Amino acid sequence: MARIDLDHIRHSYLANPRSEQDYALKEVHHTFDDGGAYALLGPSGCGKTTLLNIISGLIHPSEGRLLFNDRDVTELSTQQRNIAQVFQFPVIYDTMTVYDNLAFPLRNRGVPEADVDRKVKEILDMTGLSDRAGKRARGLTADQKQKISLGRGLVRSDVNAILFDEPLTVIDPHMKWVLRSQLKQLHHRFGYTMVYVTHDQTEALTFANQVVVMYEGEIVQIGTPADLFARPKHTFVGYFIGSPGMNVMPVAVEGRTARIGAQTIALPGAPAAQAGSMELGIRPEFVKVGKEGMPVSVRRVEDIGRQKIVRASLEGREIAAILGEDEEVPAEPKVVFAPEGINLYASSWRVEMGA
Amino acid sequence: MDKTWNNRAWFMVLPVLVLVAFNAIIPLMTVVNYSVQETFGDNVFLFHGVGFFQDVLTSERFHSALLRSLAFTAIILAIEIPLGVAIALAMPRKGIWVSVCLVLMALPLLIPWNVVGAIWNLFALPEIGLLGRTLNGIGFDYNYTRHPVDAWFTLVLMDVWHWTSLVVLLAYAGLSSIPDAYYQAAKIDGASRWAVFRFIQLPKMKRVLTIAVLLRFMDSFMIYTEPSVLTGGGPGNSTTVLSIDLVKIALGQFDLGPAAAMSIIYFLIILLLCWIFYTLMMRNEEQ
Amino acid sequence: MLELRSVSKTVGGVDHIRDVSLKLEHASLNVLLGPTLSGKTSLMRLMAGLDQPSAGSVWFDGKDVTGVPVQRRNVAMVYQQFINYPSMTVYENIASPLRVAGAEAARIDREVKHAAELLRLTPYLDRTPLSLSGGQQQRTAIARAICKNAGVVLLDEPLANLDYKLREELREELPKIFAASGAIFVYATTEPHEALLLGGNTATLSEGRITQFGPTTEVFRRPNDLVTARTFSDPPLNTIVLRKRGASFQLDGGVNLPVPAELAGMADSSYTIGFQPHHLSPTRPSPSAVPVKAKVSVTEITGSESFVHLDFADVRWVMLTPGVHVFEPDEVIDVFIDPRHMMAFDETGRSVSQRLAG
Repeated sequence: MARIDLDHIRHSYLANPRSEQDYALKEVHHTFDDGGAYALLGPSGCGKTTLLNIISGLIHPSEGRLLFNDRDVTELSTQQRNIAQVFQFPVIYDTMTVYDNLAFPLRNRGVPEADVDRKVKEILDMTGLSDRAGKRARGLTADQKQKISLGRGLVRSDVNAILFDEPLTVIDPHMKWVLRSQLKQLHHRFGYTMVYVTHDQTEALTFANQVVVMYEGEIVQIGTPADLFARPKHTFVGYFIGSPGMNVMPVAVEGRTARIGAQTIALPGAPAAQAGSMELGIRPEFVKVGKEGMPVSVRRVEDIGRQKIVRASLEGREIAAILGEDEEVPAEPKVVFAPEGINLYASSWRVEMGA
Repeated sequence: MDKTWNNRAWFMVLPVLVLVAFNAIIPLMTVVNYSVQETFGDNVFLFHGVGFFQDVLTSERFHSALLRSLAFTAIILAIEIPLGVAIALAMPRKGIWVSVCLVLMALPLLIPWNVVGAIWNLFALPEIGLLGRTLNGIGFDYNYTRHPVDAWFTLVLMDVWHWTSLVVLLAYAGLSSIPDAYYQAAKIDGASRWAVFRFIQLPKMKRVLTIAVLLRFMDSFMIYTEPSVLTGGGPGNSTTVLSIDLVKIALGQFDLGPAAAMSIIYFLIILLLCWIFYTLMMRNEEQ
Repeated sequence: MLELRSVSKTVGGVDHIRDVSLKLEHASLNVLLGPTLSGKTSLMRLMAGLDQPSAGSVWFDGKDVTGVPVQRRNVAMVYQQFINYPSMTVYENIASPLRVAGAEAARIDREVKHAAELLRLTPYLDRTPLSLSGGQQQRTAIARAICKNAGVVLLDEPLANLDYKLREELREELPKIFAASGAIFVYATTEPHEALLLGGNTATLSEGRITQFGPTTEVFRRPNDLVTARTFSDPPLNTIVLRKRGASFQLDGGVNLPVPAELAGMADSSYTIGFQPHHLSPTRPSPSAVPVKAKVSVTEITGSESFVHLDFADVRWVMLTPGVHVFEPDEVIDVFIDPRHMMAFDETGRSVSQRLAG
């Protein structure tokens, strides 16, 4: 396993990039610790797959260097970098059996057959494919094929890192649960450095110790799932993480209060005076619906089983709140913002609120 | 997936049906007619039964011609299929050279077949043809009008030049449909060039190669125009393949009965061999 | 009303659809929920008229339309892959069904602009679909389906190829769009979450059969059988097979759990007990909650919730609990099952708790 350093990496798919817009990946300077589980999270086109392919060597970055354990690997080919990558669609060798599929990467590197057998059996066991070892890889279901893809990545014990490019896309929801927890267990047991690209926030947050949120080629925030949830640094992070995303509404700040329309909200602290538009961000989980507080008009209540999502309007602004399964919306609904969930943003970036 | 019935479509096909009936089915029936009847050309027909069929099937001449056809087909397939695949692998898949290469590959296929024969006829002439002259200059005693081996060599060379492009284009189409992810995964698995070919490219090209083999098999087994123009079946009868022999009997000797019988036998052999080929290849797919 | 009467479809010896009967009312949203290969697409193709059923018949507004080809059935379909006419502009794409029907220009213009407005495509009317993002391409396909004014609109996992957030956005807008037209909407999906968000009615499919059909929250809260309960839960349903003996549930190996009052009326027999992951919690929700000691396998934290994977007596359970809870792997913890939401299924898989509740 290795520590991965991204040293001022920038990438453009054009031959002669001129402005910032021409860069698909704007400057990235970050370290992935040895043995860490990381997720690259962001919408389509944010640059996460580009970054992953730079790490694996399928793309050569326009600028910057890549280091594995302080060794410059920027000019090395994919084979030489010794990484494993799992793709979105299962990539398997149809003509080989499941066993041979898993043994392939080892045999290509001249590993002795006895070791190959041991490692392959271990992976077969781990992924639950032991009873299919002798079968042709062709007739299997999508999740079994994806497990083989995954297994091929894990079978090499000397890899520097394992990279995942939206690997659970073709998997059914039920299987997703099983595979996700298996990946997490794998990480606990073996301590691989894993980098996982996805646009699904549940996958990213459950898998990673650290999540890298990307938007339009830039890293917007890096933090633990709890951090990203409770203290998003940018309104985009607030919006992208959480389902439903954070409520963001423009407010006027005066000392320790924020005003929206006719309502005033007490802030947990006094922010420093800011220029630019101020917004208040609060997650639906922290918006309490009850008989006291600011009046809202409820537009729709969505029952999703374990919770209810209340879509309402506060002073003309859309707002979402979460109600428990057994709670009801009162006749004259009012909302209160829990202070620990209030965040303030100036020009979309988070502002500290003092004491 | 079954489609719903659309009766209007049948009306659109009717004119073509009539044309095909006129041009193909009626002549075919005429041939069957001739194969079972004896005639002296004066519109007197006597029923002969399977006599002609027996004559043809037991004739030495027929066996030799059949052997020559099979040998030719075998050599052609053995050369053209691997060569075609190799060229397709070497062709670029992205960039401006793609169109250039595709056009170059398509050119030999556009030439009328008798012109191909004529080109090679002149090209291989031992005294004045570029190929003939060069070969003789190097030291080979090359004369395709005299030596059977040289005639076969020239015939095969001509067909390879003419038809390998078809295999190349088909194989190229098959290769283009392989998603990039497979190549990327192979890189990551540390697979060698040969392993990539064997485990990714070849399996994915299977369907396309089946079609290529089938097409080349049928065409080379039925070949007539090019060898006819090139060697006329000679020297002697060393390059007299089945089709050339058939024409000699039918139009040269006017033995309509035996010729008709031979046509039908020829047709049935092709049908049988194609069916065997196809079944074998499809069965491989299924596994 | 679209009605399927005992429809079956067999292809090459394999049953894709088995004896399905369904009645769909006008201006209703109906979700077909089931895993891949459960028959959702096959069923939709039968509804559209793209395939003929091997047995049974399809009726629309009282008329038998089983043999009628799809061109004459007035259905619209939206696919998972964003399918649009690549060489036409978005405007032309949306207008195409009306042009085929021969409507006059003024009406076409009005309807296209209305559909574009509804799907927020107005600034893109002059562009071609391939120059748009995935979400916008799919909106174009949906707008075209709406413009057709079809009696039946079929959507086959239309949001599956979109980003998570885009999916959320479109999913929020769809019910409004559906409510506006009066057509019968049929929406296929593999995600229970999506079915719950869309509302309307849900039909759960499994192996070519419809196991239950009714209002979505009904089917979710009161499944008639184990298969339906399993199809409709995400995270997967927690189950365990126990033997009821008097006032306790027993399992070989010494497991002994108290039977809650809600299930006391059941006969003594072997049952599969099932409950949703969010009805398992680390704190006691009520005095009659069933306490269980289970071993933690792995914990997944999303920031607002924690998914704790537990091992109990050879089965794997998932506990979904709000807030951040960190448990160490192999730690044994006390968890509680909410008795009001415990479901019991007999040996044939049919719900017993349902019948008890009356």
